Amino acid sequence: MEQNHFEVLRPGINSTFQDKGRFNVQYMGLAPGGAMDYQSFLLANILLDNDKNTGAIEFAYQGPLLKLVKGKTKIVITGNVFFKIYSSNGEIIGDPYRTYDLNEGDQLDILATKASVYGYLSVEGGFKLDKFCGSVSSQPRAFIGPNEGKKIEFKDKILILKNSTIKKNKIIRDIKFEPKKIFSVLPGPQFHYFSTTSKKKFFSTPYMITKQTDRMGMRVIGASLENLINSNIPSEGIIKGAIQVPGDGNPIILLSDHPTTGGYPKVGSIISSDYDDLIQQNANKEIFFQLVTLEAAEQQFALYLEKIKKKISNIEEI
Amino acid sequence: MIKKITNISDQGIICDFGEEVNKDINKKVISLFNYLKEKSNKDEIKGVYNIIPSYNKLVVHFDLEKNNSHKLKEFILSIDIKKLTTSQKNKSWTVPICYDDEFALDLENLTKSLKLSKEEIVNTHLKTEFYVYMIGFMPGHPYMGDLDKKLFTSRLQSPRIQVPIGSVAIAEKFCIVYPYLSPGGWNIIGRTSIKLFDTKNLTNPCLFSPGDTIKFEKINKSELK
Repeated sequence: MEQNHFEVLRPGINSTFQDKGRFNVQYMGLAPGGAMDYQSFLLANILLDNDKNTGAIEFAYQGPLLKLVKGKTKIVITGNVFFKIYSSNGEIIGDPYRTYDLNEGDQLDILATKASVYGYLSVEGGFKLDKFCGSVSSQPRAFIGPNEGKKIEFKDKILILKNSTIKKNKIIRDIKFEPKKIFSVLPGPQFHYFSTTSKKKFFSTPYMITKQTDRMGMRVIGASLENLINSNIPSEGIIKGAIQVPGDGNPIILLSDHPTTGGYPKVGSIISSDYDDLIQQNANKEIFFQLVTLEAAEQQFALYLEKIKKKISNIEEI
Repeated sequence: MIKKITNISDQGIICDFGEEVNKDINKKVISLFNYLKEKSNKDEIKGVYNIIPSYNKLVVHFDLEKNNSHKLKEFILSIDIKKLTTSQKNKSWTVPICYDDEFALDLENLTKSLKLSKEEIVNTHLKTEFYVYMIGFMPGHPYMGDLDKKLFTSRLQSPRIQVPIGSVAIAEKFCIVYPYLSPGGWNIIGRTSIKLFDTKNLTNPCLFSPGDTIKFEKINKSELK
């Protein structure tokens, strides 16, 4: 019998499978990967009563156009996303953070993320995906993930594990997409390599996000950082959010698919609670960096968790 | 031993074993890595995402919801690294390498800069027992040392846009193998067909571990699979 599945009528720009990522693998040279915007990914699964770490489709800018060829499923889209559903009843414009039932033949058209980059599509019960080192996250460059890590392609068949059994739909109302301009930074291991004057500029003048930004890193342009000691160090472990500064003085913020180790000095690191917002900033946007203390960063993280909990408690049945 | 432990994020710390790069220091890093990995596997340290050993540093990335840097630092500082024993056993490997000109893209140039013949370079490389300092940059990619002083060399002036898979290359006192097609600026002296990272092996995809030892064994082009 044919399994429940979507057929890909348009893959979108950068559509991959993601979950929370891989753990205890980085010593093998394998990046943790995982959903760029963890919060949006998590809420998608919670809205569908899925296991928290169920693999979802992550898309950037333009998402896929999918046709449900077989089965009946419940879906949700999270992120600031414009999408439509075409069914025998006609066409509707969908709301993110609200579940919808799809029937055989329906199409889901994820047209664009609005003033942001990443969005997520999750289905009730999850997609049928093979895990590698405990995760379904795709890393196309290393051929790791479902379908040898390939991005989702035209005509792919995306299998869905089960038919929908949940009758009611759910929604989180009042999700706010507030613009964020200032990102908090903790000093990095080579903070002292950089001149005081250039650090002052780093923490007071704007930086523009360039188009050379992907799941691996975000290049920003602004006042360059002056290195007084050495622009090469013996390679050391990297974690996401680290701001490395190569010899040209232009910072690169390392994101989820970062190389596992790196030999450039790091001026700082974006605090964890600002990461989801950072990666949602479009190219050409101007952002600022501010230096904070560890205590402040830890407090912000507690607030970040609190806000997620609040969103979860605001889930309503409709 | 550990000179200091500092935060590199609210969810990450770095244990600093000093500035020098040598095997003795790296062995300390690796024994602490193996010890913490075991503790984390047994859930005796909570919320560890990743532990990343490098030449002379050890980074611990953790979940701030389950642990914090204060507790982790205190725990790590209480460990007597000299007395650590783990069940982790390091392995010795023999890696086949073909030094034919068509693979050894920089061997000819090295004969000039190092003022050695091809045979001397090859034989010196073959004689060395390499030690895996770390795996990093990309899956399975080993950083091995130390080369014989005669072979110390700088990186290429302009890196190659694409280095063939399996290229064995040297720079400074280190030797690497490129497991994937990638850009690279090291001096290529040969090619191996050994698979350093096997995605079909779901439990143990990475062939080498930090601390393993490696000797190269010369093969003919026909033996290169």
